[in-house]
Amino acid sequence: MLLAFFSDIHANRQAFAACLEAARAKGAERFICLGDIVGYGADPEWSVDTIMALVEQGGLAVRGNHDNAVAVSSENMNAEAQAAIEWTRGRLSAAQRRFLAELPMMVPDDDRLYVHSEASSPARWRYVQSTADAARSMIATDAQVTFCGHIHRPTLYSMSVTAKMTSFIPTSHAPVQLLRGRQWLAVAGSVGQPRDGDPAASFVTYETQTREITYCRVPYDIETAAARIRANGLPPWLAERLAIGR
Amino acid sequence: MPKSALQPGAVIDGFTIGECVHAGGMATLWSVTHADIASPLLMKVPRVAEGEDPAAIVSFEMEQMILPKLSGPHVPACFGTGDFAAQAYVVMERVPGDTLYKRLPELPLPYEEARVLVAKIATALADLHRQHVIHHDIKPSSIMFRPTGEAVLIDYGLSCHRHLPDLLQEEFRLPYGTAPYMPPERLMGTRSDPRSDLFALGVLLYFFTTGMRPFGETETLRGMRRRLWRDPYPPRQLKSDYPPWLQEIVLRCLEIEPVWRYPTASQLAFDLGHPDQVRLTARAEKTKRDPLTTVWWRRFNRGLVQPETKSDVAVQLATSPIVAIAIDVAEGADELNGALRVTADRILATLPSARLACVNVLKLGRITIDRTLDEQGNNKHIDRMVALKHWASPLKLDASRLTVHVLEAIDPATAILEFAEVNHVDHIIIGARRDSVLRALLGSVSAKVAAEAKCTVTVVRPPRLVARAEEAADAATTQAAS
Repeated sequence: MLLAFFSDIHANRQAFAACLEAARAKGAERFICLGDIVGYGADPEWSVDTIMALVEQGGLAVRGNHDNAVAVSSENMNAEAQAAIEWTRGRLSAAQRRFLAELPMMVPDDDRLYVHSEASSPARWRYVQSTADAARSMIATDAQVTFCGHIHRPTLYSMSVTAKMTSFIPTSHAPVQLLRGRQWLAVAGSVGQPRDGDPAASFVTYETQTREITYCRVPYDIETAAARIRANGLPPWLAERLAIGR
Repeated sequence: MPKSALQPGAVIDGFTIGECVHAGGMATLWSVTHADIASPLLMKVPRVAEGEDPAAIVSFEMEQMILPKLSGPHVPACFGTGDFAAQAYVVMERVPGDTLYKRLPELPLPYEEARVLVAKIATALADLHRQHVIHHDIKPSSIMFRPTGEAVLIDYGLSCHRHLPDLLQEEFRLPYGTAPYMPPERLMGTRSDPRSDLFALGVLLYFFTTGMRPFGETETLRGMRRRLWRDPYPPRQLKSDYPPWLQEIVLRCLEIEPVWRYPTASQLAFDLGHPDQVRLTARAEKTKRDPLTTVWWRRFNRGLVQPETKSDVAVQLATSPIVAIAIDVAEGADELNGALRVTADRILATLPSARLACVNVLKLGRITIDRTLDEQGNNKHIDRMVALKHWASPLKLDASRLTVHVLEAIDPATAILEFAEVNHVDHIIIGARRDSVLRALLGSVSAKVAAEAKCTVTVVRPPRLVARAEEAADAATTQAAS
């Protein structure tokens, strides 16, 4: 079965719609959201509704720190993120907020684990920035492959049976077979706010039979997404950074 | 980990195990058969028992990831993999014959034989690098030859693929590989430079032509580190009849700094294919090793030499193409040749590692007996070479980046296409003749080349203004005549 992973959509309708279309064209049968559906972008209602519909059709979703901040409690965030959270909260219906509040922190699925930040203590929202961070997450789970997001930069880590680590910046559209002999941590890039220097929207597919992971990039209508951020009075930097992918 | 169930007659994923054909330190090889596959097959199984080198597992994982991604005549075809959950294996095509290792007792080989042999290996390496893979273990026992002549590179356990995680990156504290062939930059921890393979191939060429290994057989890290500052004996010091062009090639491959070696395996193959065109430098003349002052400087200024540059296989290949330009030296082609030069100049200016092969076709008659001398008794072949060099001189190219070739053929387009194929040309630049009766009768050379070439082709025409002026002149002549 071909799974498609969307992480850090951040209410960017144009980016998310482009990724969904690309994933369906590739033949994805099941959709998994790795958290942060909202925050930063100008289309939280549409984004949450779309994920709710996917979950109803058998998809899965986990909670991100922005989803948590909107629906449960505001945490320590920078001023721009905080402004976007306040704005988003006012836009969502009670049902949408409840959906976000009830999202699980982690979901195990066969030999895989889905989590927004990392597996060792997901509620602390720690970033996986190094092989040491990746190792901490992998040691905390029995899952052979962990899929996460949060940092907005695609990276693929592995740990051998002798606990030797590797890290790898994936090449877009080049499938990598996740060998059974080691544990893997796949950090998905961001759908709605890429920060690795490539402004194209990022998502991941995984074929459960062949165990092949593919990091995908999709160009989308950045101008419209940025214009909607400005038109809604959100901090201008949130619009500007979309074009540079930082 | 489950115990190995391997024995003759056993069936794993449809493969029936035959005899064990090789038991090495890292893996065992079995001949296998499969109902749906006609060609002879080999199953490679890693040694994973308790107490075995963990490197065997990681190397095997690397090979398991890389082999299925490779294609073409220079690699063994991969027919299936099994992972460590059940029985780890890779099934690949069984290339008939022995590896080059079998030939060690015959060394040194005659120069000509070694040249042809190593040119084939360089061609195979170029193909591998184009597939984003650096081999990292080029040595006689990883090289075989097909009955059709192509070199086949085997053993990808130490390789790295640009599009796959490098599982060996943190695995070993010491550089892993075959000591006599280990490039200096690998001792410094660099695994991302395709020119490492050219160094190893240089070691092989040196060994096969002199019978001696350039850096001896030392296995210790201390012994290996000497090659960071100490250059090998120039082959001419060992064999007085050693051809200067061959020493030039060997010592260029063995340069300590990757940037001083050939930029690509294709360019090395090109020089091996055209020994008469190899530009000789001080390397060709060396009869002694570098003086101790130089060696000491290198040894104690290592950090100053040059910081590691991040090089990407694909980028390096893309910036070091072989460009062939077809030049018609006949009279009246001045405008077109000028336009060709402008185009060549623009392309070369952006690609400092590109090399230019200027090609001219000496057309043979279909029926007439051709003479090598023209009416004045000059050698046509040499005249054309001189004309090509004259055409190229305004480009002010370093001689190591320029070669000239006069091809003799009945059909110029076919000759140019063949030249491009044999020499792994990445880009052909060719001029288009103006519409003329001749072109209508014979067909267009450039059209055929553009249609049939396997690489990029740029078709150049003289500037519009000139063409129009000539047409006007033609029209005037026609009018005057009527």
